This record gives sequence, structure tokens and C-alpha cells, in this order.
Amino acid sequence: MNTLELTGLGPLYDALRRAGYTVIGPTVRDDAIVLAELDSIDHLPYGWGVRLAPGGYRLRRRDDGAAFAHAAGPQSWKPFLHRPRVKVWEADRTDDGFEVKDAAPEPGRLALLGVRPCDLRAIAIQDRVLTGGRHVDPSYAARRDGAFIVAVNCTEPGETCFCVSMGTGPQAGPGYDLSLTELTGEDSLRYVVDVGTEAGARVMGDIQAGPAEPAVVDRARAEVTAAADRMGREMPALGLRDLMAGSLEAERWDEVAERCLSCGNCTMVCPTCFCTRVTDTTDLTGDHAERWQLWDSCFDLDYSHLHGGDVRSSPKSRYRQWLTHKLGTWHDQFGSSGCVGCGRCIVWCPVGIDLTVEVAALRAETAQDGAG
Amino acid sequence: MGRPTLAVWKFASCDGCQLTLLDCEDELLALTGRIEIAHFLEATSAAGEGPYDVSLVEGSITTPADLERIRHVRAVSRKLITIGACATAGGVQALRNFGDVEEFASVVYARPDYIATLDRSTPISAHVPVDFELRGCPIDRRQLLEVLTAHLTGRRPDVPGHSVCFECKSRGNVCVMVARGTPCLGPITHAGCGAICPAYGRGCYGCFGPSPNWSGARPNTRGLLPWLDMTEDETHRVLATFNVSAFREEQGPEPLAEEASDDASQ
Repeated sequence: MNTLELTGLGPLYDALRRAGYTVIGPTVRDDAIVLAELDSIDHLPYGWGVRLAPGGYRLRRRDDGAAFAHAAGPQSWKPFLHRPRVKVWEADRTDDGFEVKDAAPEPGRLALLGVRPCDLRAIAIQDRVLTGGRHVDPSYAARRDGAFIVAVNCTEPGETCFCVSMGTGPQAGPGYDLSLTELTGEDSLRYVVDVGTEAGARVMGDIQAGPAEPAVVDRARAEVTAAADRMGREMPALGLRDLMAGSLEAERWDEVAERCLSCGNCTMVCPTCFCTRVTDTTDLTGDHAERWQLWDSCFDLDYSHLHGGDVRSSPKSRYRQWLTHKLGTWHDQFGSSGCVGCGRCIVWCPVGIDLTVEVAALRAETAQDGAG
Repeated sequence: MGRPTLAVWKFASCDGCQLTLLDCEDELLALTGRIEIAHFLEATSAAGEGPYDVSLVEGSITTPADLERIRHVRAVSRKLITIGACATAGGVQALRNFGDVEEFASVVYARPDYIATLDRSTPISAHVPVDFELRGCPIDRRQLLEVLTAHLTGRRPDVPGHSVCFECKSRGNVCVMVARGTPCLGPITHAGCGAICPAYGRGCYGCFGPSPNWSGARPNTRGLLPWLDMTEDETHRVLATFNVSAFREEQGPEPLAEEASDDASQ
């Protein structure tokens, strides 16, 4: 499809609002660039960047006024599509039994503004997990169906990014309605816009954007290409599945278990981790009951609790479960890796456990064993 | 069939947890419609006869008399639920477990020989079988209602044992530790408070005690402490609060007690 150009994002924001979307995008709150409903396009994090490290995240001021020159923040888009708390149904006692009510209200239509290529792939992976099998998650499906995705190609990867290794960025793959590349200039921000769907074309038609000059398009493509060489982390691209399957008895798992707190942060910030638990509640009268679906984590001891005990009682077994599923058995289960290289699990681990380091250590130990 | 009866008991504690029952203002009428509060001295001196269907027990065991009384409470209770950090972990008064009680008593009391006290403060579960432990300093009102409601319905209470981080992430808090460097015990602390402190930009103080998320008996304080950006003395203190006996790994005298005795000798 054609390539268009915008100066500033105000017209796009207004068009999305006119089309009935609630616009979710990055904004500065509580010393971080979070994702939240945008009341105004002025609330984008203009001029803010980030410094990332294992277990550390700091905002920093930028010399330019770029809105999207920051890497992955504390949340992915997961809380908006695969919500932490979903009421599945509720029931009230009646004279002759009880009446079940479907609790799902009609969700608003969301426009996700500023979806990174890594997160775009993550949404595709959650689509596969939550809607691609025999059992569809109705809450996710309803929110996902109405969602409009404005991707942003990455020109400023962070110190913990490795999307290139995972083949998810820095150029957005399929799945977007519109894709932007941000170009900073002397006094204005320009955006090269790629249109991905009919819905995207309709929104762009509403704001009558002109075609992008070939030279501008070339510059935009070059900046994205250059970003690929500035990844802060690298993951061995091939053989992860075999490595995971072949290193279940590695000593490295004991070593990482001494550092791991089993707090579950890695799974909750991970844009693809999808596990939930279901709990039933009743009120004091005993006449009203509700069933809730809540985020769960394989780091929770209760997650593997069966009659007689916890299957994965040690932190070692839980960390191993998470990493070997994410990088290994995810392939068997869903036909792809579960990791998109966003680096959030590295940054938001309170003790800075870095999965790229763990994989390298497992690889070294396995190679040593093979040689010995 | 009449309403099930409820009794509230106090051992070494500040009364804050049992007052949580009175804090259930909106739900109190509905609650008393389903449960007969038969013994609750904080609310009324009229005490009904036992035995009781449910007993809420606050406080830790710190005296020889407590040792006798908790056996009586167990004997007159069909279900015994301990509430709060004192009852579940010994409370802040378990700091004595790391010091010398006779020495404390000699400094504090004019006639220490009048004082009948044990040299350790221990949770209720160290003395009698406990049916359920509700953590917190103080306990959370919603969790108390959940436990009582679950009992009335005959279901398992939904009181998850995972870390406070689960609650932060569910409510969209930005991690104060990662984004600001604020020391926080949340990653090793039992959820239940709704992540109140991090929601207001403070680190978690560990009021709910360790999350049972480790193999063996201890939380991974060794993994967390190097990341708290605190001095050794500060980390020592941050683990020495309401759940000290559950968080602190090492035994031995308090640095504070040593300082105090140094001061006294000067």
C-alpha cells in the first residue's frame, strides 16, 4: 500500500477519536513511560528517553522532542487486551435455584498508539494462544477484535533490547493497521506512515495526508535499519529449543535459583505470558456468587499445587519451567518462540536476572558437558 | 439451625487486627445477620458461652499464662483462625528472640522478679493446631471478610500466597524499586494489602511477612538485600519489624541492643 507523511500526530489522534476509539499510548507517569488512555496527543512523552539496565529503569531528557525514542516501558499492551482481572460470570440465587448472568460488558474499541515491533509480535503470539485454539478467551477476543493498531518502527533500541535476535524488529512485521516511523527535525516531528489495512486506509483518508517524498521514506527506512545494529543485547538465534530440552539437569539452574526471588515480575511484564487462574467468590448474604479470571504466574507456588503438594516446589524448578517454556516448549505448543526480545523481564526483575546471560551460561555449560 | 458463633481472642498484640472486624462498617450488619458474635471484649463485655464455631485469635504467646489460655481457646473452638503478624509470626515483640529477655526486664522494670514472661514470642501455630492463618500488620479488612464468607459458604478462602509484586502489576503500579531505586520488600512479601505502599510511591515494609514462595523455610532475603541499596545496618533493621522471626535468618544479639548497652555504660 502507499506511504504517506504526517507532520505531528494531532490529526491522527483526532481521526481515531472521531472513529470512536479510546486511544491508549505512552505517557510519563510515576517516573516511567507507561501506557495509558491519552486525553490529548500532547500527553505523549515528547523529549523523554530511557536508560535501561538489569533491574534498573530511569527516565532521561532527550535533546530532541521525539515522542517514540524510548524502548519498552514497564507494561506491555497486555493489561489492555488480556486484562489482569476479568469477571467471567455472576449468579444470583432465585426462589427455585439460581440465575447466571454473563458479566462481560461490551468493551470499548481501543486504538493502541505506539506499538513497538516486538510488542506487535507479542500481540500476534497472544492471539495464537488465546484465540487460535479450540477454546477462545472471550474477553481477550472481544477487546482484540475491536482494536486498531498503530505500530511505531524502532529507531532507538534500549540497552536490554534484542528484537533482532528474535526476528521481531526493529521494523514492524504484519498485523498493524498503520505503521509510523518518527523523524526528528529542526522544529517539527514528521512521520512516515505505512498503511496496513483497509481500516488504516479509512483513518488516513479522513485526515487527507499527502504521500511521503521518496527521500524522506529513504531516510526513515535507513534509521530503522541502523537501529538493528544498536541492540543492547543478543540472544543466540538458533537452537534455543534444543538447548532448553538438553539442559534440564544443568547446574546453572541451581545458581540462578539462589538469585531468583520467585516474585513473578518477569511473567507479569512479559507481553506473551498468558497464564490465569480462576476463583469463585460469594458475598456475605450467600445469595450472590461471581467467577473471576485473574493473572497467574508459574512462579506462584500455588500455580502447580495439586492434591498432595506443589509439583514445582523449588524456585529452581519454577525458573526452569518459565525459561524452558518461553524459549523451548512454546515452539511445540504454539509453533513459535514465546520470547520477542523486548527485554522487560531483564529490566523489571528486581534483582536483574538477565535471560540472555542465563541462556549463554546454559549454552556454555552444555557445550562443556558435550566436550567432556 | 442458628447462626454460627464467633469469638475473638487477644494475646500479646496491639488490638489493631481485631478492630479490623469493627472497621467492616458497611458489612457489619450483614455479617452479624449471618454470624453471632458471641465473645468479643473489644466490642462488648457481654460474653456468650462457648464452645464457638469460629475463633479469631490475635497476638503471640509471650507468657506462661498465654500457654495455658491458648489451649483453652483451642478446646472451645471448632475452627481457629489466627489473625495478624503477632499471631502468625510472633509480631514485632519477637525481637526478643534475638536478645536477652532477662536483661531487658532488668532495665525496664523496677522489680523484674514480678515479671512472668517467656524468653521468646511465638506464633499461635507453635502451640496448637491452627485451621487458617491470615497475615498482615494489621490484617486486611477485605481478606477478613473473605475468610469469614468462605467459612459460611463452606469454600476455601481466596487468600493467595504470592508476592506483593502481583498486586502492584495487577493495579498498574510502576515498580518503585526498578524505576526509582526505592528499597522495597514486595518481591519477597506475602500479598494481601493490595500493594498500598508502592501505590503511594513507598517501598513495601513487609507487613504481611514472607511470601511462601521458596523451597524450605526461608524467603530469599540474601537474593534481595544486595539490590536494596542500603547499608548493612539498614538492611538488618528493615527485616526486623512486625515479622522479624519469619524474615530474619540469623539469630544473635541486636546491634541496637549493643548500642543501647554501650550508651548505658557511659
